[in-house]
Amino acid sequence: MSAAAPRQPSVDPAVPAPPGGFREETMIVNMGPQHPSTHGVLRLLLELDGETVVSCRPIVGYLHTGIEKNCEYRTWQQGVTYVTRADYLSPFFNELGYCLAVERLLGIEAPPRAQVLRVMFCEMNRITSHLVWLATSGLELGAVSMALYGFREREMLLNIFEIATGLRMNHAYLRIGGVVMDIPPEGERKAREFLELMPGRIGEYEDILARNPIWIERNQGVAVLSAADALALGVTGPVLRSAGVARDVRQDEPYSGYETYDFDVVTRDGADSFARFEVRIEEMKQSLRIIGQCLDRLGQPGPVMVEDPKVRWPAQLEVGPDGIGNSEAYVKHIMEESMEALIHHFKMVTEGVAVPPGEVHVPVESPRGELGYSVVSDGGHRPYRVRIRDPSFVNLQAVPSMVEGGLVADVIAAIASLDPVMGGVDR
Amino acid sequence: MRAEELAGLVRPRYPDVVVARGEATVVVDRSELHEAFVYLRDDPMLSLDSLSGVSATDWPGRTPRYWLAYDLYSMGHKHRLRLKVGLLEDDPHVPSVVSVYPTANWHERETFDFYGIVFDGHPDLLRILMPDGWKGHPLRKTEDLGGVNTRYKGAFIPPVDRRTT
Repeated sequence: MSAAAPRQPSVDPAVPAPPGGFREETMIVNMGPQHPSTHGVLRLLLELDGETVVSCRPIVGYLHTGIEKNCEYRTWQQGVTYVTRADYLSPFFNELGYCLAVERLLGIEAPPRAQVLRVMFCEMNRITSHLVWLATSGLELGAVSMALYGFREREMLLNIFEIATGLRMNHAYLRIGGVVMDIPPEGERKAREFLELMPGRIGEYEDILARNPIWIERNQGVAVLSAADALALGVTGPVLRSAGVARDVRQDEPYSGYETYDFDVVTRDGADSFARFEVRIEEMKQSLRIIGQCLDRLGQPGPVMVEDPKVRWPAQLEVGPDGIGNSEAYVKHIMEESMEALIHHFKMVTEGVAVPPGEVHVPVESPRGELGYSVVSDGGHRPYRVRIRDPSFVNLQAVPSMVEGGLVADVIAAIASLDPVMGGVDR
Repeated sequence: MRAEELAGLVRPRYPDVVVARGEATVVVDRSELHEAFVYLRDDPMLSLDSLSGVSATDWPGRTPRYWLAYDLYSMGHKHRLRLKVGLLEDDPHVPSVVSVYPTANWHERETFDFYGIVFDGHPDLLRILMPDGWKGHPLRKTEDLGGVNTRYKGAFIPPVDRRTT
């Protein structure tokens, strides 16, 4: 299992080959950190016996940016803009986990409309993340057209993100106590268009891949990880569900009102790369169901941020040409009309919120599995400790179990089926 | 199971249990850590069979200085329990739980890397996120964030931990 220390080559390379015969030795190969199909800067130290992987050791840390340490030096509100950069393919989930943790420490809850918006953007984000996975895995395993289609549909969702948050990634849209601002009508309209279009497009992906002999050959029976192994190694998300375990934080420990939505937890029994493909395709369909329910609920107007002036961000924000910024009316209000508003703004922006001391752990279901936020406060204006339990980090521990004994070409399929994002692994 | 009920089940054996914000936390001594994990995992009512994560906090000047928090989850009962253990500044050693929860491997390596807490019996206790030759343990509160002055519109802005505001 992955617990093993790096194994020594089984045959001493110093021993000369027998005359006229092949030397029976293994070869150590570094795959990565600069290898296009290791999804970023993942490095695998492979010991190969011909084409067979004898042992594998994943080495991470090349993208470590100290997000957790940085959070300790900024205000609680600024933490959102840090954690959104951890797993850059699922920014909304990182924001949600962090905000839910801080809100639990504060003892507040976002208003209903903000929760609907949070769920909707998370589910859209799940689709974009799965689309990137589908596109890049397709590319790695030879289905180049899938890469083009995947990114094409992702673009539609990124446009919706841009309309609502001003940015295509690193949104910082979810804030402590709610969301930055309501979704503009155009965003809602585009979301409905997307809902109309997407089921057909997912059908196209299935037409391209699900019965494609090459895709089946490359994925079926490859990178098998049994349910017992996955549970022991702490693997969560689609990889665990592909082994038949119906574990989904949205269902088991509902948050943000997920218990009121109608959706299914998708499982398969193959426990292989192909089963993970099927699970992710079905999850996109379930996400579309949830987005539809969210859009219906958005008919109810309401606040998107808590009313408490000691918690809520003081500014009225709106989308400008370079992302979210203060609205002109608000700048006029604090600069020309109200001294108290200016003082309040200054205090909130420089000093921020004081959070009562305590420790919480909040899990959310990210596209890659259970994303947990352990947040500790000492009662001050800055987090004392933010620990991100990133699903990619934990899932990568399973790589040796999945690839050892298999072919080196299947390592690519195994890594792809795990869908690790190194921004989240290394933080 | 609700956190209060869970705390009630654990309390006879480990009396130091608190419930705050709907989360149950049990504090055990380092010497009984391994036994506690086996009990929490194997007791049919608790059945805390998966480890979500291991995290540490550093409180310089206090005794104990380090606190380790293990977030446990039960797949069957769908409840959570946090187990905490305090470690003294001059003896930051703790038994590894990799033999109970194999998933602890990388979590413990990360905590060792960031805080210098030594997990005795860990099969492969090497740095994981910092470079191999790194000096120090960066998430200790005694370590600086670091950084360089940045030039912005003609002025030099110091790194965030050396700003006066």
